[in-house]
This record gives sequence, structure tokens and C-alpha cells, in this order.
Amino acid sequence: MRFLFKTDYEDDIRLFPHSGYVVSYGILLAVLLIAPYVVSSYLMSQLVFVCIYATVGVALLILTGFTGQASLGHAAFLAIGAYTAAYLQKYGVPFPVYFLAAGALTGLIGALVGFPALRLQGIYLVIATISFAFIVEEILARWESVTNGNEGMRVKALSLLGVTVSRDSPAFYFLCLAVLVLTIVGTLNLLRSPTGRAFVAIRDSETAARSMGVNVALYKVKSFAISAAITGFAGVLFAHKLSFISPEMFTLQLSIEFIIVILIGGTFSLHGAVLGAIFIVMIDPFLTYLKDDMPGIIAGMAATFGAGTQSAANVQSKVAAFASLNGLKGAIYGIIIVLFVLFEPLGLYGRWLKIKLFFQLFPLYKRATFKRQKIYVKSERNR
Amino acid sequence: MSYFRAENLSLHFGGLKAVDAVSFAVEKGEILSIIGPNGAGKSSIFNLISRIYRPTSGRIFFEDQDITEEPPYDIARLGIARTFQNIELFENATVLSNLLVGRHRHSTTQLWQELLFLPSVRANEKVHRRRVEQVIEFLDLEPYRDKLISGLPYGVRKVIELARALCSEPKLILLDEPSSGLNVEETSDMSFWIRDMKSELGVTVLMVEHDMSLVNRVSDRVIALNYGRVLAMGSPAEVQQHPDVVAAYLGA
Repeated sequence: MRFLFKTDYEDDIRLFPHSGYVVSYGILLAVLLIAPYVVSSYLMSQLVFVCIYATVGVALLILTGFTGQASLGHAAFLAIGAYTAAYLQKYGVPFPVYFLAAGALTGLIGALVGFPALRLQGIYLVIATISFAFIVEEILARWESVTNGNEGMRVKALSLLGVTVSRDSPAFYFLCLAVLVLTIVGTLNLLRSPTGRAFVAIRDSETAARSMGVNVALYKVKSFAISAAITGFAGVLFAHKLSFISPEMFTLQLSIEFIIVILIGGTFSLHGAVLGAIFIVMIDPFLTYLKDDMPGIIAGMAATFGAGTQSAANVQSKVAAFASLNGLKGAIYGIIIVLFVLFEPLGLYGRWLKIKLFFQLFPLYKRATFKRQKIYVKSERNR
Repeated sequence: MSYFRAENLSLHFGGLKAVDAVSFAVEKGEILSIIGPNGAGKSSIFNLISRIYRPTSGRIFFEDQDITEEPPYDIARLGIARTFQNIELFENATVLSNLLVGRHRHSTTQLWQELLFLPSVRANEKVHRRRVEQVIEFLDLEPYRDKLISGLPYGVRKVIELARALCSEPKLILLDEPSSGLNVEETSDMSFWIRDMKSELGVTVLMVEHDMSLVNRVSDRVIALNYGRVLAMGSPAEVQQHPDVVAAYLGA
């Protein structure tokens, strides 16, 4: 076990507490940089989606994890970013310009959503953000002169500095990775400066934050704007990756996927966004695999345990019918959320910390270290 | 002119007069305690000063400036810090970041500078950190710097509340029952700190307190309230012998 002796205020400020972090993150970065030349093109594509989802996850963590304002409207922010890019690209605007414009516009709309949200708490805020998402979805479907309605919009491959970057090329992956890394570094910077601390203060006690001089309304709007802007940037990449966007891609289910990203990853650390993104991107091929192979496997098992050919085929078709039910994915997401909230409230990153601590303290680890304690002193909140 | 002044301060909830035309003044550098039975309106006065409630009528002056209409977050900026009776700490943050929030009124950096963590932000952070360290030393909080609030015992949290208020380098500090929930030793530590705050840091103290021994040890003057009205004002001994105060506590 390593003991850190802090001898300078710099020790509390630096991003990497000790050299071990530099080494492990260096190795991770090296692996990520050689990945496109090693792994299959399918896995590459999944990695790009991990980067995009993780970027949105970080954005959502700023708003929900650190400022304590729940949002189920991030699919709408993603859509605004994506459509801004698609629309501007149609008129020949270069990539860097529409990339920044999409972020700026989404940030502005995020701030506008933040204003009415100032008076809302908890579940009411969730309802407000859901309705915002529905409004955006409806506008995208109806405003045909700009969005081409339900027919959707094609997004051409992006060109940067005169070079065309196709959506499957390593260069596009590096771009997504760069956006993710810059987002994470920017967010870490924010969290170690007054603004980030004000966010956390608002999350834990608005009254105390206010009495310490934090302009709660201003910082909530700031948090909404930053979160929306980052999601807008991710939206541009999302549009390019899919090369086609239409309103039905940005539904409530996508917003829920983003919430799952941070809930499953862990809401207290940026690691959570990345772990959650890996989880959500990898669960899709896993579900497809189950859907395709599960009926056969179960029928095979039924046959082994003495069922006739007829009834085994019967079982196979029944399971196949169940697996292709509409909305099964949503139900599975729901179950995952419930299980995580009940049994792993700190998320995957929390689990990782527990594993790490187990080896650091071996054989002295106590399970009670992470037990949720009952809080006996609950203040009468002045809202 | 007084340093801090409340004039005819009233707070009505419908027909209930929680605070009823209360006037008092605090002189620079003194420790003034407000005492009174439960529901006398002591904490309400604090909530009026820190603008959690809006007064029904009356005015509040600080350093000859009318602060009655100031937004709540500007009260801290003017140099008035407070603690809460029931502890309002940022539970899921470390002690250090709680105390650094106390420095918020001194932060001057812009959002874009913070995103890039420019040298100016870094320099400011170090100044904040140094100030926080002085408060940590003043209140003997060294063992807890990197601990999460949610894992700390009540007595320590109470001190951290005081520390957070002190980190903002206030001119006037409002202490809402600093000794509630503390044992005898912790209370006596608290009384030393309150006196040191006055003598070493030059902070003016306005305090709501039930523990009469603490009030007697530290207060320069005492105000007794009941049913939102001032019963008596004066030195601790005078107020405790005032017939109205005795009647309010013991029932005449």
C-alpha cells in the first residue's frame, strides 16, 4: 500500500496524485492509440460509440452527478447537435465551424432549458426535461424545411483540413477519442476550481451554498449550458458516425441509455461515464447474440432432457417469439437499472474501488467500509 | 452609527408573528448572544439576515448599507457568514472541498479560465488553499482534511461548519446554536474558539444559543426574545435577572 505524504498545496491540485497514475493512464492511452491498427473493424466501430457515449456520460455527470439536477432530455441535446451539423454541412460550412456552432447552439438551448428548471426539484425536473425532449423530437419531425422531417437527413463524411475522414477510418476514431479526452480534462479542471465546487455545493445543500455566496440560479444555468454544449459536440460526431439521422433515433430510450451510462458506471466519478459507456455499447451485441442463439440453445437443452423433436421445435419458436418482442430491450434496461440501484449503488467504478481496496488491505478488508450508513441527523431543509 | 443594525424587523406567517418589530444593533468587535425559549424567533432572525426569508417589514443595515433587498448570495459577499443549527454541510464532499466552498466569495476566475486551468486559476487555488489551511490550524481540523463529511461524527461536523464560515473571512459571523449536540468538552472548546475569533481574527459575532454557561462565558451583551419580541437587552447577568426573562423561562 502506498502512502502519500503531501508536502505542497500542489499535491492537492494536481490531476495525477502520484506517478502510478501517470504510468497506468499512459499505458491505457498507448493501447487506445494502437487499437485501430490491431482490432477488427467491428470492434473499432464499437470503440467510436464508446467514445461518443462516454462524452455524453461526462456531460450528464456534470449536470446530474455533480450539480444534482436529473435530466432525461439529453437525447434532445444530442439531436440538436447532430441536426445543426447536418444542416450547416449542407450549405458547405467547414467542419471546425459547424462543430463549434453545434456546441454553442446546444449550450445556448441548454441554458434556456435551465431557466424554467430553476424552480423545479427532483422528479418534477425529470418530467420537465422529458417534455423538452418530446418537444424537440416533434419539432424535428415537423420542421421539414430544415430537418427534412421523418425522412431524415444524410450526413456526408466530414472533411478536415482538406482531407476526407470517413466514418470507419482510424482518423475518425482519433477525433472522437480526442473530443472525449479533452472533455474529461476540461471537466476535471472545472471540478478542481470554484465552479466545480459550487456545483457540488448546490447538489448537497442549496441553502448552505447560497449562504456561502454561491449564486445558485446562475450556477445551475451554467451547469445546464456546459452539459448541453458537450452533448452537442458529441451529437456532431454521432451524426457523422451514423451518416444518417432521423427523429426516431433521438427518443426517450436514448435519454434513458445515457442515464444508464452514469448510473451503472457510478455517479460520483468521471470513470463512471467511461465504464458505463463501455457497458451500454457492449450490451447491444450481447442482446443480439442472445436473441439469435438463445432459442436454439434452449431447444437443444430441451432435447437433451428428453423432449421430443416436435416439442423442442415448439420451445424454440416460443423462445424466438419472446426474444423478438417489441420493447424487450427497454424492459431489460429497466431491470438493469433496478438491480444496480439495489445492489451496486456506487456503480461499476464503485465495484472497482472495492476490488482495489480489497487487495490493498488484504487480508483486512471489511465489507462494512462501503455500507450505506443511516443518517441520523437530517436537517430541516430551507428551500 | 452601529456596525450592524436591525430596525423594526418583522416576519409574519399568516397570523403568526414569528418576529415582531425587533430592533437591535451589534457593535464592531463584540459578541452578542440572542437567547429565548423554543419558538421565540431566534433562528428566524438569522434566516432574515441571511435572506432565506424576506422580512414582512423592517430594514437591516450592515456597515451603513441597507442590505434588506440584497439577494441571498450577496450577503456572503458583503462579509456576513453563518452556520446552521442542524448542520448544512456538503455531505458527499471532502472536508477540504467544503472549506474551499467557503472561499467562494473570493473567487475571481472566469469559467473559460477554469476549463483550461490557466496559471491564474492555479495561483488563486493556492491562495485559497493557504487560507483554508490557516482555518484548519485554528480549529484543529488537521486529521480530517481528506475525509468525506458523511463519515464524520456530529461534533466534528459542527466544527467544520464553523470552519467553512471562517474560510470566507467574514466581518460578521452568525452562529446558530454552535453548541447544540456537543458534549461538555466540545462546548468548552467552542467557547474558546468563539473568543479567539473575536480577539485574534477580529470577527464580530452574533450568536443564538441555549446553553447559558456558554452564553455567560463568551457574550459581551445578550438579547432575550420571546414570542418574537425583545424582552431584555444588556450584560449576561442583567438579562438573566430581568423579571420578564425569568417569567418566560420558568412561567410566571
